[in-house]
Amino acid sequence: MLKIEDINVYYGNIQALKGVSMEINKGEIVTLIGANGAGKSTLLKTISGLLKPKQGKVLFEGDPIGGKAAQSIVKMGISHVPEGRRVFANMTVAENLELGAYLRKDKEGIKKDMGKVYELFPRLLERIKQQAGTLSGGEQQMLAMGRALMAKPRLLLLDEPSMGLAPLLVKQIFNIIQEISEIGTTILLVEQNANLALSIADRAYVVETGRIVLSGKAEDLTSSEEIKMAYLGGH
Amino acid sequence: MELIQQLVNGISLGSIYALIALGYTMVYGIVKLINFAHGDVFMVGSFVGFYAITVMDLSFISALLISMFTCAIFGVLIERIAYKPLRNATRIAALITAIGVSLLIENGLIYIRGAQPEAYPNNVLPMDKLDIFGVSISSQSILILSVSIILMIILQFVVHKTKIGKAMRAVSFDSEAAKLMGINVNNTISATFAIGSALAGAAGVIFGIYYIKIEPLMGVLPGLKAFVAAVLGGIGIIPGAMVGGLLLGVIEALVSAAGYSLWRDGVAFIVLILILIFLPQGLFGKNKREKV
Ligand SMILES: Nc1ncnc2c1ncn2[C@@H]1O[C@H](COP(=O)(O)OP(=O)(O)OP(=O)(O)O)[C@@H](O)[C@H]1O
Ligand SMILES: [Mg+2]
Repeated sequence: MLKIEDINVYYGNIQALKGVSMEINKGEIVTLIGANGAGKSTLLKTISGLLKPKQGKVLFEGDPIGGKAAQSIVKMGISHVPEGRRVFANMTVAENLELGAYLRKDKEGIKKDMGKVYELFPRLLERIKQQAGTLSGGEQQMLAMGRALMAKPRLLLLDEPSMGLAPLLVKQIFNIIQEISEIGTTILLVEQNANLALSIADRAYVVETGRIVLSGKAEDLTSSEEIKMAYLGGH
Repeated sequence: MELIQQLVNGISLGSIYALIALGYTMVYGIVKLINFAHGDVFMVGSFVGFYAITVMDLSFISALLISMFTCAIFGVLIERIAYKPLRNATRIAALITAIGVSLLIENGLIYIRGAQPEAYPNNVLPMDKLDIFGVSISSQSILILSVSIILMIILQFVVHKTKIGKAMRAVSFDSEAAKLMGINVNNTISATFAIGSALAGAAGVIFGIYYIKIEPLMGVLPGLKAFVAAVLGGIGIIPGAMVGGLLLGVIEALVSAAGYSLWRDGVAFIVLILILIFLPQGLFGKNKREKV
């Protein structure tokens, strides 16, 4: 579904991704793990068109999308839930969700999908008219995910959805990620919480200072000594 | 009674400031630029209205619409040519460019048509005196005020209820997140310039009808005062610009009424200084927007 071939991405003179290649197949949950500053968010931003690769290719269902404007990439079916949620704090929950469907014209379909989002996140339904800025961190995460789903993505990019949330809520969010996957959305998940991410993922890539250093099936990585030492907190 | 008449004058003048201030505030909200050429868009709008009325012999409403339309295009051109290339430059570079654009428009117009003033004909709007509870108010003031209020209501509707309005609010809050929604940020910024400039064009025509005399440098002082009004209301906040403009007009009128008409122009800047010292976020501003 998504194929990345040997991309280099820079911030000014600083190279943040060095020859990264990866692949995501339809229906998979793929996770990207790595330490702070490894380049995970940079990779997601490159896929969603916020950053342009200097070299290399990004192919979505065979079409090159590297360097395309973000809005055309959304239109092609990739939605990105950014790190830190980035909900529109000055707008209501409902307005945030409407903005998620900005490029869609099928009023009926939008209405139906909004209903589905409220089914997935009943907490949002109770707060339709509330300003997004006054939601709790967990609710904001739900809103950010719901907003991305409103675009009807075929590939969903999630950047650290568990950040700053209490363990119980993290579990809830991860259950919902699995539900989203089950209804047929392919998922690329970036996580600091490697244990949890590996537990729901099919495959994983490990990023270190701008390079992919390891990749494989999630269960193989979970039992790998190297990963245990570096990312799973010990032995 | 004298006082009430002064208040009506103040509100009329204030509604002109408010219309101009809206453009400042909307543009600032979305690209964080104080568009110092905005007062000159107002001036151009006034001239377009003047020629529409005198040369093309059009009615007030047609002249108003033509002026708004012309200014919308003019504003977008300014943005695309002068500001867009500087979107990632330092703020000071953009600010200096804005001042340059302002000087270019003023002197460009003087080069084309000369510096001499023009006078709006005084029969554009009916000039009856209405007697309301013993206060005589010109029908003109009431018409002008109504037009301003209608425009502001339309603006509120556009910003809150339409797709482009929602895009404008999204981009001004977080342009990167807006991109992720599929919003075309460049087009949204252009739309903001178009709307803000159209309001300035309307203000230009209204000003001409109310104050008769127009000239190529007429945008400087109202432009600065509208900027003060925008800061007074809280820069970037649309209702703030409306209230700030009206308030500033009323303050000026009251200063005149109190017999200090020589201070009328200075008072706006005293207000600016006081606001910057005591209430830098403005009347409607919140203490720094939080971004988690
Ligand atoms: N806007 C920017 N300008 C310059 N350098 C940047 C910018 N954003 C990120 N970087 C640098 O690029 C590198 C990768 O950053 P990135 O945000 O992709 O890391 P990350 O893996 O997502 O980290 P984290 O887990 O902390 O979110 C870091 O060294 C970072 O300092
Ligand atoms: Mg990150």
